[in-house]
Amino acid sequence: MEKIVQEKYVQLENVNMTFFTKKGTFEALKNVNFSIREGEFISIIGHSGCGKSTVLNLIAGLLQPTDGNLFCAGREIAGPGPERAVVFQNHSLLPWLTCSENVYLAVERVFGATETKVQLKKRTQAAIELVGLAHAADKRPNEISGGMKQRVGIARALAMEPKVLLLDEPFGALDALTRAHLQDELMAIMAKSGCTAVMVTHDVDEAVLLSDRIVMMTNGPAATIGDILDVELARPRKRLELAEDSHYNHLRSEVLKFLYERHAKKAA
Amino acid sequence: MSAIGISKESIKTIMQNEQTTPTPTAVKAAAQPAAARMAPSKRPSARSLKLRSFFEWLLPPVFGVLAMIAVWTLISYQSPNLPGPVSTWHSAVELFSDPFYNNSPNDQGIGWNILASLERVGLGFGLAALVGIPLGFIIGRFQFMSRMAAPIIGILRPVSPLAWLPIGLLVFKAANPAAIWVIFISAIWPMIINTAVGVSKVPQDYMNVAKVLNLSEWKIVTKILFPFVLPYMMTGVRLSIGVAWLVIVAAEMLTGGVGIGFWVWDEWNNLNVEHIIIAIFVVGIVGLLLELALTSLARRFSYE
Repeated sequence: MEKIVQEKYVQLENVNMTFFTKKGTFEALKNVNFSIREGEFISIIGHSGCGKSTVLNLIAGLLQPTDGNLFCAGREIAGPGPERAVVFQNHSLLPWLTCSENVYLAVERVFGATETKVQLKKRTQAAIELVGLAHAADKRPNEISGGMKQRVGIARALAMEPKVLLLDEPFGALDALTRAHLQDELMAIMAKSGCTAVMVTHDVDEAVLLSDRIVMMTNGPAATIGDILDVELARPRKRLELAEDSHYNHLRSEVLKFLYERHAKKAA
Repeated sequence: MSAIGISKESIKTIMQNEQTTPTPTAVKAAAQPAAARMAPSKRPSARSLKLRSFFEWLLPPVFGVLAMIAVWTLISYQSPNLPGPVSTWHSAVELFSDPFYNNSPNDQGIGWNILASLERVGLGFGLAALVGIPLGFIIGRFQFMSRMAAPIIGILRPVSPLAWLPIGLLVFKAANPAAIWVIFISAIWPMIINTAVGVSKVPQDYMNVAKVLNLSEWKIVTKILFPFVLPYMMTGVRLSIGVAWLVIVAAEMLTGGVGIGFWVWDEWNNLNVEHIIIAIFVVGIVGLLLELALTSLARRFSYE
């Protein structure tokens, strides 16, 4: 049976975001409009401080827009919910729980009402195995490496079987080799699960490698979408093959041109 | 013949080995006899190193105590009314040889007095923990409650514990509950404040996790707030028990009955200064033990 793909699975309409702080008001986002297709992988890229994390937090429901509307699967986003799982930049695992307990907390919340404990445990174990951490399931977060922590964060998000996976600079704090490794794994996992994803990043290669489309944002204040780039590279993508691929390099230079020519950030 | 001789020799060595196996150093010596014989005195063994570090650890506090006793002796020579360490020691030996006698309500052994004080502190402190810790959670969790509690805590906390005694006497119409009340009111503040500070310091990341997972308030408290706040709470508990133990002597001096505080007052009236000095040491040592017990408890519950 052919699945009907929703063209506007996640939708942002005229979203404005103004922060009211002690120092005064700060207009972070102005007139942000875009929509995400079901099953699509979107990257949001821009210079630091351009409000890309704000966009993600709005979709997550952690922030409410001052103006405009956000929809997910046809319903307005009123607050955070487990159908929009977040992988946090600093993994945000609870240090007093083991890896599997961290995942279990999420599983229990989403499926606890309908499934037995055995089923919940099985889900937890499956999620931990999916990210290749079966051997570290009973370790606490401070006993494992940064890359492993981030994997647990991904496992926790995926275990909730979200409709949309939100990734906030998920690999930003990792070394280059670990990052490349996790990017490959994420690609494989996303291909398997077919879930919609939005990732905030400042890494051009990461954005081109992983995304179906790249949303490029102008500099703040009052940042908005500068351009959206289609990445029509065939999947599965191979890092080494793409390095020689002229189209990949063309896309890469398009993003670089956007960031450093059209919207270069003045030295702070 | 020679074969038998050899076998006798080997039996001997086996027996020797068996005798020496219990100590690990001997096993080492048997395994490397040449090396052990060549340098027996040059390098200190692990055991003597351990002994040395133990003494290095032990000596400073021993010197401290000796210095205190020396100063005390000097002062007691200058002031004839103050008993020196020796006469105090003899008095203490006599006192602790029968700590649990019971002649009359006003004449009981030192053991009963300490236990009576500990009971009061335990009751007052326990009630304070029962009320103060949940209150701290509520104050830390909700901005409104925190703003509401701020003036109350601000005004009541600096009040000297003994100022609460008349109120206690008035309300409870008895000395013992009044003393417990004083302990309660002076021990509650550190627990409220430290718990509330801990709750307000929970990283936003953890709260974001709670929001994204849509955790219930109960899960937030048990899985996120409580484990995070526990070390802060234990600090509050430690400060509280310190305050409670500080206050008990003064409170009992005023309320009377059985207890270490009243005992000090009683011995002052008897002009038995040795006993007062003993009481000071007893209060100090019991306080130290309480502190140590709670510190080790706190270490056990810490997640790090």
